[in-house]
Amino acid sequence: MSLNKKLLLFAHIDEPGLGGIDVYKRAYDGYKAVERVIGGKVAPNDIIDLVKASGLRGRGGAGFSTGMKWSFVPKDSPKPRYLVVNADESEPGTFKDRELMAKNPHQMIEGVILASYAIKAHAAYIYLRGEFAWMVPILENAIAQAKAAGYLGANILGTGYDLECHLHLGAGAYICGEETALLNSLEGQRGTPRLKPPFPAVEGLYACPTVVNNVETLCAVPPIVLNGADWYKQWGTEKSAGTKLFSVSGPVKKPGNYEVPLGLPLRALLEEYAGGLKDGYTLKAIIPGGSSVPALLPSQLDTALDYESVAAAGSMVGSGGCVFVDDQVCMVDLALNVTKFYRHESCGKCTPCREGTHWMENILTQIEHGEGTLSQIDELYGICDMILGKSFCALGDAAAMPVMSYIKLFRDEFEFHVREKRCQINRRKAELAPFREAAAAASQV
Amino acid sequence: MGLNATKVGLDLIRLGHELSFTPEDKARVQQILARYPADRRASAIMPVLWLAQERFEFLSEEAIELTARSIDVPLPEVAAVASFYTMYHLEPVGKYVLQVCCTLSCSIMGAERVFAHMEQKLGIKAGETTPDGKFTLKKVECLASCGSAPMLQINERKFDENLDEAAVDRLLDGLK
Repeated sequence: MSLNKKLLLFAHIDEPGLGGIDVYKRAYDGYKAVERVIGGKVAPNDIIDLVKASGLRGRGGAGFSTGMKWSFVPKDSPKPRYLVVNADESEPGTFKDRELMAKNPHQMIEGVILASYAIKAHAAYIYLRGEFAWMVPILENAIAQAKAAGYLGANILGTGYDLECHLHLGAGAYICGEETALLNSLEGQRGTPRLKPPFPAVEGLYACPTVVNNVETLCAVPPIVLNGADWYKQWGTEKSAGTKLFSVSGPVKKPGNYEVPLGLPLRALLEEYAGGLKDGYTLKAIIPGGSSVPALLPSQLDTALDYESVAAAGSMVGSGGCVFVDDQVCMVDLALNVTKFYRHESCGKCTPCREGTHWMENILTQIEHGEGTLSQIDELYGICDMILGKSFCALGDAAAMPVMSYIKLFRDEFEFHVREKRCQINRRKAELAPFREAAAAASQV
Repeated sequence: MGLNATKVGLDLIRLGHELSFTPEDKARVQQILARYPADRRASAIMPVLWLAQERFEFLSEEAIELTARSIDVPLPEVAAVASFYTMYHLEPVGKYVLQVCCTLSCSIMGAERVFAHMEQKLGIKAGETTPDGKFTLKKVECLASCGSAPMLQINERKFDENLDEAAVDRLLDGLK
């Protein structure tokens, strides 16, 4: 398979000065889609139909049809409509939106304008995770440039269409990546999820029709609108159209974000794009779609990276945060690391997630410290099973799924911990040993 | 309200100081309010808390009260938000808040070894501040920079990636 790394979103991502509107216009045919659609007064519904036909699916993790999502906004509602950008990228292993926004903010903004026009919104909010505060000047500058050029603000391109775009900075809460928690946060409340239905398309921000889209999803909209649905479908598979960014991390030679046609074999992502594992490292597991998805085994490297094939292999494309795990990592240790994350980030609203993640961490800590029993491995799995599908939002599933898969795939490591009261192997602990010894020696003095 | 007045906050009360925003800050508050529908003032809570934290270094009880007053939103609503989000500091912090990611990919790539080195070098544990008030050391969750792990951020404004002990030494020695 030929290796074309310059596809669509990343075609000119490293172009110097891309954050400025002139370079964006030149390198990406920037704002041509806005000129054609808004300037040409194309019917908003036609844009929704086009995006639906392109097969674009939400790139934040759920993989739901973007055009369908837009079409759920009631056509006859007298209420104002809102577009909200989910720029709260926090799924461990995922760092694609960060690069897209920091290097090419205008593509997202053009996507915001097109999406807002399609759903007839006059206000858009970019919900940016608080840890990305350093990116605020980049985005504010891009918004100001788009406004000065007449693509944003009042009376866009003289057509009478108005759209204001505002930044809203989060303050450190993974749960706000969940769209209804994000909306509560944007309304000035604690970031806890809402019961669905009503879905945001009907009652979202301020109880008005709202579409929440991920950054990467919106970035794909301008080229689709400009070049058409069939053009976009030249990449990908029948059901997983187009390209997707995968964030590759772990001990690989060339970690980073790669834009690949959906359906690319996982092996190609590892070997051809990321250069394979670093010398001396052996692959043990692959977490293909961010920390919340089940792990895959090296024997599954021929799995195609599209929504259907990864699901058939027992995992999920998710956000595309692809973490390669080597054999010097203890899976009990990794399960505890991931569980601590979800326990910390559980918002506390519902019992299965709040109490379940607490007990998961409790049991995993005991097993990790050699104080666990064999029956606790089953108990841990049972607790995960009581969270899965029974918590208020997807955070509970995200906590349960990885640990269940680690137990299923690497049960021997959990049992070894119980029997031998230590890890089979653990680079992290070996590295920490000198610090422990130094601390112990200091306390003796 | 559920928050304890911090030592500094208590000192301010004793001195009879009520915190206030500068005229520039007040103009900023009005700009923030203008982003949201007029009857949705609560949406300004998070951005004005950020402004207050920037101005007063941490969110004392007085800073939270000032936030509520400046946007005319009930104090309990503001306090509920301030206590939910981890990036709002409810206690005084050092000049440099070192946020070291230790989640998943960073952990696999040696973040905790780097963190242990930082604890040793600074003589403080996770969550603590050096006695001179210069550094606060925090272990944080994923900062979306997994491809350049391990990494840390300083006050959400600057980040350093592909860390090892030598890189951390250079970084800390360079912060005045």
